[in-house]
Amino acid sequence: MAVSERLRPGPIPAAAAKADAQSRISIRGLNFYYGSNQALKQINLEIPDRQVVAMIGPSGCGKSTLLRVINRMYDLYPGQRAEGEVMLDEVNIVAPDIDLNQLRGRIGMVFQKPTPFQMSIYDNVAFGVRLHEKLSRAALDERVQWSLTRAALWDEVKDRLRTTASGLSGGQQQRLCIARSIAVRPEVILLDEPTSALDPISTLKIEELIDELKRDFTIVIVTHNMQQAARCADRVAFFYLGELIEVGAAERIFTNPVKRQTQEYITGRFG
Amino acid sequence: MAGPQVEHIVKSYDQELSRLRGLITQMGGLVESQAANATRAVIEHDVQAATFAVQDDPQVDALEREIEQFAIRLLALRQPVAADLRLVVATLKISGDLERIGDYAANVAKRSLVLNDMAQPYTLSGLGHMARLVQEILKNTVDAVGDNDASRAQDVWHADREIDDVYTGIFREQITYMMEDPRNITPCTHLLFIAKNLERMGDHATNIAETLHYAITGEAIGDERPRGESSVALNRRTD
Repeated sequence: MAVSERLRPGPIPAAAAKADAQSRISIRGLNFYYGSNQALKQINLEIPDRQVVAMIGPSGCGKSTLLRVINRMYDLYPGQRAEGEVMLDEVNIVAPDIDLNQLRGRIGMVFQKPTPFQMSIYDNVAFGVRLHEKLSRAALDERVQWSLTRAALWDEVKDRLRTTASGLSGGQQQRLCIARSIAVRPEVILLDEPTSALDPISTLKIEELIDELKRDFTIVIVTHNMQQAARCADRVAFFYLGELIEVGAAERIFTNPVKRQTQEYITGRFG
Repeated sequence: MAGPQVEHIVKSYDQELSRLRGLITQMGGLVESQAANATRAVIEHDVQAATFAVQDDPQVDALEREIEQFAIRLLALRQPVAADLRLVVATLKISGDLERIGDYAANVAKRSLVLNDMAQPYTLSGLGHMARLVQEILKNTVDAVGDNDASRAQDVWHADREIDDVYTGIFREQITYMMEDPRNITPCTHLLFIAKNLERMGDHATNIAETLHYAITGEAIGDERPRGESSVALNRRTD
C-alpha cells in the first residue's frame, strides 16, 4: 500500500536485520506453574521471524498460558512462575531482571475481546507511543495514521479520530487494538483468539490484516478455529495438557499430522 | 496415520465417511465382476458373460456420480482435514479410476463378441495369462480399498510390472500373426486392443494403489512406478 509505505516511520531495525527463516523467539525447556499446578511442561519451540505461528489445542492445554509467558503477563499475578528460557534475540524474557515496559514495547498483545480505552480513537493509538517515545505533534500524527492504515482502519475512521472509540463496531474496535499494538512498532504481536467475538466478515478482515502484517512483524496467534489456523498460519503448534505435542508447517499439520493426538484433535475425534 | 481411528465426536460425520467407504467398496466389487465377465467372454467365448460386463457399465457410471456428489458434499459441509481429507479426496480419485477400468472391461467384452464371429487360428493362452494377472491385481486392489490396507496396496503397485511384460509379449505375438497372414489383421487388431485395455486396467489399479497408500499413510508409495518392457520401445526398434 503506497500510503502506508510513505507514512511508515522508518524500518523496524531488529526485524529488518533478520533473515526470513531465522528464529525470532526461541523457547527452550520452558516450564510454567500456577502455584503448584504445572501448566506448561518442557516446551521447546522456535518462532520464526516474520511468520505466523498458530497455537491450537483444547481448552486448558497451555496455549494461552504460553502467550502470557511471552510478554510476561503472568508477572501481574502472584504465585505464577516460569522456568527455562524464552530468548528474544540474546535476551531471556523470563529472567527476573527484565525491563517489562521495554519488553512490552517489543512484544505487543491483542486479546479475545476488543479492549479500547475510554478515550478517542486517536488517543487509543497514541497511548502506547506517548509512553515509550517523545514525539513531536506532527510525528505522532504520522504514527497514528501509519498504525491505523496498517491496521486497515484508517479509511473508516480518518474523519472521526477525536470521537470516542466505543462508537466503533466490534471488528473495528479489534482493528483499533491491533493499530494500538503496532503503533509502538513491536517486533512480535501476540493475538489471543482475536476473532472469537467477531462476525465472519470482520474475522476475514483481521485474517487479511494478519497476512499483511507478517511482512514486518512476527505473529503468534492462539485460536480455537482450526480453519483460521489453516488459513493464517505458516506454522501450527498443537498443545495438549501443557505439552507441545507437534509443531510443523500448517500444510503438513492439516494434511498429514505425525502424532495421533494431533490427528484426533484436528479431525474432531478428541474424546 | 495408519491404524484404527477413534470415532468422531459428531456421529453423523462418522456415518457419512463410512457411507463413502461403502459406496467405493460397492463400486470396486461391481468393477471386479465386470472385469471377470469380460475375461470369461474373451477366453471362453462366453456371450452371456460379455453381455453382463456391458450391462453393468451404466451402474458403475451412476456409482461414480453418486460418490462424486457425496464427496463434494462432505468437503463443503464437513471441511475434513488430515486423514479424513485424504480419504475423501482419495475416494474421488479412486472412483474415477474404477470407472475407467469398468469402461475398459465393457470394451473388452464388446470386442469378444466381434471376435467370436471370426476364425482364430492361434492360441489365446498369453491373453488368458494376462487377464488372470489383471483380475488378480484388481481383486487385491479392491480388497485393499475395502480393508484400508496400505501394505496390500504396495503389493499391487509392484505386481503391475509383470502385466506390462506380458503385454509386450502379446504385442510381439500379434504382430507376428499379422505378418504371417494378412487375414489375421482384423482379429489380431481386436486382440491387441483387448490386451491394451487389460494393460490399462492394470495401470488404473496401480493408480488406485498409489492413491490408497497416500490416503492411509500420508506418504507417497514411491518415487517412480515400476514398469515392465514397453511396447512403445519395441515399436521404435521395428520401425
